[in-house]
Amino acid sequence: MKQIYMDYAATTPVEKEIINAMVPFFNEKFGNPSSIHDFGIKASDAVEKARSNISELIGCIPEEIIFTSGGTESDNLAIKGISYLNKDKRNNDGFNIITCSIEHPAVRETCKFLEKQGFKVKFLPVDKYGIIDTNDLLESISKDTFLITIMYANNEIGTIEPIDEIGKIASENNILFHTDAVQAVGKEEIDVKKQNIDMLSLSSHKIYGPKGVGALYKRKDLKIQPLAHGGGHEKGFRSSTLNTPGIVGLGKACEIIVNNFEKNVSHYKKLRDKIISNITENIEESYLNGHPEKRLANNAHFRFTGIEGESLQLMLDEKGIAASTGSACSSKKLEASHVLLALGLKPEEAHGSIRLSVGRNNNEEEISYVSDALQEVVKKLRNMSPLWNR
Amino acid sequence: MVDKYTEIVKDHFLNPRNVGEIKDADGVGTVGNPKCGDVMTIYIKVKDDKITDIKFKTYGCAAAIASSSIATEIVKGKTLKQAENLTRNDVADELGGLPSVKMHCSNLASDAIHEAIKDYRNKKKTG
Repeated sequence: MKQIYMDYAATTPVEKEIINAMVPFFNEKFGNPSSIHDFGIKASDAVEKARSNISELIGCIPEEIIFTSGGTESDNLAIKGISYLNKDKRNNDGFNIITCSIEHPAVRETCKFLEKQGFKVKFLPVDKYGIIDTNDLLESISKDTFLITIMYANNEIGTIEPIDEIGKIASENNILFHTDAVQAVGKEEIDVKKQNIDMLSLSSHKIYGPKGVGALYKRKDLKIQPLAHGGGHEKGFRSSTLNTPGIVGLGKACEIIVNNFEKNVSHYKKLRDKIISNITENIEESYLNGHPEKRLANNAHFRFTGIEGESLQLMLDEKGIAASTGSACSSKKLEASHVLLALGLKPEEAHGSIRLSVGRNNNEEEISYVSDALQEVVKKLRNMSPLWNR
Repeated sequence: MVDKYTEIVKDHFLNPRNVGEIKDADGVGTVGNPKCGDVMTIYIKVKDDKITDIKFKTYGCAAAIASSSIATEIVKGKTLKQAENLTRNDVADELGGLPSVKMHCSNLASDAIHEAIKDYRNKKKTG
């Protein structure tokens, strides 16, 4: 059966070119990049090349890149790393950390953990599209605030936050600004200096690189407390022997993005817009979740009245289509997605949602097939549903 | 208790039996809550104390749909007393087991059938 992958927001296949670039570093140029002999130098040269590829993509200098195991670790390192050096600001009146209500769990859970440690955290509400109100942000700032952490774009609904404005507010108020850009890298033009971003998290496996590696951009002069103590790697910020093949893969992934940005983004947008119009025009009571314009180039997130997301996802799976859902039934905790609820959706609306995210390997034929399949599946589930009476 | 959906669950999910409504049903039972993501309605026709026809409508996950489908198969043709004795474990067993987080779906299915029978008995009393 034909298989169509439309869950690129969950993870991506590694480009052949990237795999080829990585291979020599497993058993030919396998030296420890920290070693000063020739084996080590060959590896560290490749690491430094990767570092400069990443810095070129986001507009910083290579020494501002710290390699990590992925987006989650980068988020933890950024947020905890700053917070642990600001313990004296706890137990005061004002908020220490300002974030928003639709962050990825890697940020959300880290902030909740810090709350238990006595830090005051503000979770800014969002509007029905998932966008924060910058006035709310301004009003939440106090002399005790040392960090703003707001995601560049949301992983579920694709909404893009007003990053330029947030960066400006942070800079004017002398507060550090971290952004989880895991979903935005490769789809949005990022320039950390122009945008007043002090720290940024990114992840390799979302951009056609290997899993298990990511990076944290940290402004040069910023001090953070490391999470991993040990051999002093990455200027002491993240001890651990570097994952050379993974890092080479990540570097190559960034290089590919830089060389193909316009082409890729217009490809994603074309397919995304086609599926959005196919669905909203042909399926009754279907709605797009997230902002119609300020959304990631590849994200199409829908809700359908009267049906439930896990059954929708599994019926699509049976037709060979891979998508994702924010339904409670498909989460281990039986709660509806906190992102969808934060938009003001009722639980039953949040349950009936599905996320389709397109990528480099999708084409128009697949979009047509998926559009038809979705129509069929929604109809079948609505026929069975006590909540749909047409 | 199993980790993934069994083949039986998948079959009843993709090819559910007894989907629909009965316009002149003798008993109707609805359980669940859209807030939780599960709503089941069971319609029964009763003659000589036996369930002669049964249909269901379910809003919910694969486990919910499969549970309702198999539950209707189990009780169709049985006496009301036998149907009243249906438990969630009977439903889950017939399905070959359900992941623990989905066991409440099998509960919903047996509850819905009990509600339909209760409704029938109430109607008989007043009717």
